[in-house]
Amino acid sequence: MSEDIFQGYKGAALELLKKYNTRVWGQATIETSRGTFEGTVLPRSENDDDQHIVLKIITGYNIGIDVKTVKTMKETGYKKANYKIPEKEFPVTPGLPKVKLFGTGGTIASRLDYRTGAVIPAFSPGELYGAVPELADICNLETEKLFAVFSENMGPKQYIALAKAIGREIENGIDGIVIGHGTDTLHHTGAALTFMCQNLPIPVVLVGSQRSSDRPSSDAALNLMHAMKAAGQSDIAEVMVCMFGPTSDEYGLLHKGTRVRKMHSSYRSTFRTIGDTPLAMINRKEITPIHKIFNKRRQDKNVVIKPYFSDKVTMLYYYPGMKPDTLDALVDAGYKGIVIVGTGLGHVNKELYPAIERAHAKGVHMYMTLQTIWGYVHMFVYDTGRDMMAKGIIPAGNMLPEVAFIKLGWVLGQTDDPEEVKRLMLTPVNDEITEREPYNGYLVYQGGVPEVEAFIRKVHK
Amino acid sequence: MIKPFDAKAHYEQTRQQAGYVPRKQATQQTYDRIGFMSGLEVHQQLLTDKKLFCHCPAGVFNHSNDYDAEIIRHMRPTLSELGEYDGTALMEFKTRKEIVYRIKNPTACTYEVDDTPPFPINRQALDIAIEISLLSKLNVVGEVHITRKQYLDGSIPTGFQRTAIIGVEGEIPLPHKKIRLIQLSIEEDSCREISDIGHTRVYKTDRLGMPLIETVTYPECMNPDEVKQACDYIRFLNRSTGKVRTGMGAGRQDVNVSCKGGTRVEIKGVAHTKWIPELTHNEAFRQWSLLLLRDQLLKQIEEPKSWKIKNKSILAADIPEANGLIRHAEANGNWFQLICLPGFKGALSHFTQPGQSFVNELSDRLKVIACIEKPHLLHSEMIEPGLTFENWEKLGALVKAGQEDALLLIWGPEEDIATALETIEERCKMALEGIPQETRKSLPDGTTIFERVLPGADRMYPDTDSAPIPLEDTQIENLRSQLPEEVIDHYHQLQAWGVPEDTYTYIFSKNLFPLIRDLTEKLQVPARYAGTFIGHTLKHAMGQHKNSAFKYRTVYHLFDFLKQKGLEYRLAEKMIYELAAHPRMEFESVLNSMKFKSLPEAEIISKLPFIAGKFNPRKKGKPEDRSNWIMGQLRNTATGNINLTELAKTVKSL
Repeated sequence: MSEDIFQGYKGAALELLKKYNTRVWGQATIETSRGTFEGTVLPRSENDDDQHIVLKIITGYNIGIDVKTVKTMKETGYKKANYKIPEKEFPVTPGLPKVKLFGTGGTIASRLDYRTGAVIPAFSPGELYGAVPELADICNLETEKLFAVFSENMGPKQYIALAKAIGREIENGIDGIVIGHGTDTLHHTGAALTFMCQNLPIPVVLVGSQRSSDRPSSDAALNLMHAMKAAGQSDIAEVMVCMFGPTSDEYGLLHKGTRVRKMHSSYRSTFRTIGDTPLAMINRKEITPIHKIFNKRRQDKNVVIKPYFSDKVTMLYYYPGMKPDTLDALVDAGYKGIVIVGTGLGHVNKELYPAIERAHAKGVHMYMTLQTIWGYVHMFVYDTGRDMMAKGIIPAGNMLPEVAFIKLGWVLGQTDDPEEVKRLMLTPVNDEITEREPYNGYLVYQGGVPEVEAFIRKVHK
Repeated sequence: MIKPFDAKAHYEQTRQQAGYVPRKQATQQTYDRIGFMSGLEVHQQLLTDKKLFCHCPAGVFNHSNDYDAEIIRHMRPTLSELGEYDGTALMEFKTRKEIVYRIKNPTACTYEVDDTPPFPINRQALDIAIEISLLSKLNVVGEVHITRKQYLDGSIPTGFQRTAIIGVEGEIPLPHKKIRLIQLSIEEDSCREISDIGHTRVYKTDRLGMPLIETVTYPECMNPDEVKQACDYIRFLNRSTGKVRTGMGAGRQDVNVSCKGGTRVEIKGVAHTKWIPELTHNEAFRQWSLLLLRDQLLKQIEEPKSWKIKNKSILAADIPEANGLIRHAEANGNWFQLICLPGFKGALSHFTQPGQSFVNELSDRLKVIACIEKPHLLHSEMIEPGLTFENWEKLGALVKAGQEDALLLIWGPEEDIATALETIEERCKMALEGIPQETRKSLPDGTTIFERVLPGADRMYPDTDSAPIPLEDTQIENLRSQLPEEVIDHYHQLQAWGVPEDTYTYIFSKNLFPLIRDLTEKLQVPARYAGTFIGHTLKHAMGQHKNSAFKYRTVYHLFDFLKQKGLEYRLAEKMIYELAAHPRMEFESVLNSMKFKSLPEAEIISKLPFIAGKFNPRKKGKPEDRSNWIMGQLRNTATGNINLTELAKTVKSL
């Protein structure tokens, strides 16, 4: 295939470049009605308009030239940029645990191509060692790129592939597994892997970064170090999410895959254990357990891989005045399982009742979860709750809505017998429903209150 | 064996070799001889309500201990900065700084602490930047691309500064030549440093994110005064828009200096332009002296490529003459290293700047890179000896130092020693090559100290969080139609009016030319008088009341008031002092408090014969004394009531 010498340019800008025989990566002198500009023509992002040409000027900055102002243009040289991440052989240290890193496409370690602006993920052990040399003091690393998708495109197919890969690695005798993952759906994958990989003998740690790893203040390197340490050295043989505790570079938290949730669009400290406390705190020196009881690391390889998932599952986020046709439409579209995200203790309006009855009659499995995120579904408190249960909606305890969705998909991948579905849904695999919610399982401090302000001033959060 | 050495004489001798003269004695020939070259990066805060990439208020500041929360970050060199992680870089990284940000809720949101992506750029700031670009004759870009510029010092919590080019290739006219401009960029301001001790650096985030422009000149200034002149011009130009901030820290400049054979060294954050001449003078000579040192060392060292330090870990007890400094260092748990610098005899006391020699280059880096607080060393070429020569001889024997070598004794926390050794070896090796590229911090005495290694060239990359912003012709033409007149035209106008040159700096730095013109055109105050009044009298009055809330526009109202009342305009010379002290006072009340009495001209003239009669010629000698004495007697009553020049004529003719 011939190389695209006008990378990303279209319309008027493309015509102009062609007219003056100026290529991307060509050094150009452009005369315009605003004066003369010199620099290297850069590729243009395909989503940007067709009215500008991008130049990198000698001082390293990029500027755009308005094509309407161009009088003439001349290519005076050509120099294509190539960038490669420096690679160094990852040293093998006898005595250190063997950790496998699975790549899914998230950019846990990457760098930006300074000329194009494209992100080049660092992934091979050599590249990672080049970026985060401290990893060599933690473990002996192997890596495998399973797929390359953004977090939002992770789905059932990827969960199943991951679960099988985990099973294979355990069979091969690995000491711990780390999965690099975009952060948006990290907690969905955490739940899916908890259900699919049961009786784990080793830690499986999901990790990502909130700030891209090409910047000096990124959380990526520290998260990666924490995750490798948790995978290689911790005694906790569960599926966990490992991300920043506070926004400061101080410590990470290990969250159970079934109780964790992304709670802020951009904060580093976005992941929180909901309705419980995290499993442990972790820094580069030590792992400090918070939970007294957890599944311990074992020497056997008796993991049980259950790679099932039905994609006939959906969620319905209730809002006041919701019309029954929304639910009917889902049922008509063939969905077999619906997780309803209700208000308060787990409610929807009366208007939906007929639709609920119709869905139940068609054998659709309906489970109630909460918009409040924290707390239990309590459908006995008010009549409406009792009505709904009578019509076939099953309360899902304090299961998080996203977790209930993943679990229902996983369950319906195995059976559609209503009793068996219910038994599986309500029998916790790993604390997706807990028997009790500790007092400190719900802590959202209110800023502005004097005692909170005093605390915040003293402790880095 | 190491030999006694007259460090003081050597320092003087190397100073003379460099041909160093104090700035006042330097001429253009001095600078031509060493190839002085300098350019500027002038930073100017823009007067906007909000910050550049978030909606926090701009220009609200807090004291260092007044904060709501602290956030900790570590800056990590990214691959781009260093290409590969060599030993030194890693070492530097291992003893890295813990950066603490003190935030205050009213002036910092999640953007400042890098926990949220940027909001669209502040349009008010963008317009001001375009306006100043047009005034600076720059070619304005067709599309603004936000770029990230890396900073590892922690001064920006992201680790990079968001910045964008608004215009390229412009010029500013100085009275005798033009200085070309490379570019003008708009950028977010950085944090203010509170402290930097050991491994902890503390910043506050109030200033962070405020809109700033940076005007960059070509290195076309050929002597220190020219650098100041260019800098003043850029600052006056910025202020002529009336849309930039003034006051402490609102304008700062980085000054780039090199000498022939030297390298670009950046003196950062110079707050006052009057410091520029001394700083650039000394920096050019520092480089010139270091080049001489290199030439000398290359004569003394046979294989510069394989040059290494020799070092030995010792105990305080091994030091034969443990003075107070050493005992104190030992008591604080420091480790000691004895270092031999082979072939470096004479280097440590080699002149670099007034009061500084090459050993300062080592010491400053120990503080910044290895994070070891001063004092942290003694050496064999100290002007005030720390140890006797006999004792240096004994110590020298421990590392087998020869007579062509120099000795250093350093101390610091155990974990920093490895970095310290690397740092010293690295800097010494640089001395064999020339001048390291670095940024330096200015000191009040006109010298500089090492601040950071100058970042690599490849530290710019596109901000993937921001879309490019097109600048339409209509927007630019609209801004062009509202531009203020040029500072250089004002300069020539003042000259034509005969306003004395020593008033110009005050007039332009306060953007008072429009006021002078208004006084002249609207109130018919003579231009020369108006300029002198502003540049001398007003300046003096304001100098006496530094924090006065006095508004410059009041001057216009004052002259207007005098005109309306039919009073002579020179009365303003007295009233202005009252007004500077009491800015809210009514003009009438000022007159009352001065006990001013309005008198008709005729009445004053009628007093003349009586006063003249009182003149005692025996006490006074010259003929003109008589009229001067009479004028003196009359000044108080006459000022404001009669034109004093006219009065003087009348007195003379008596």
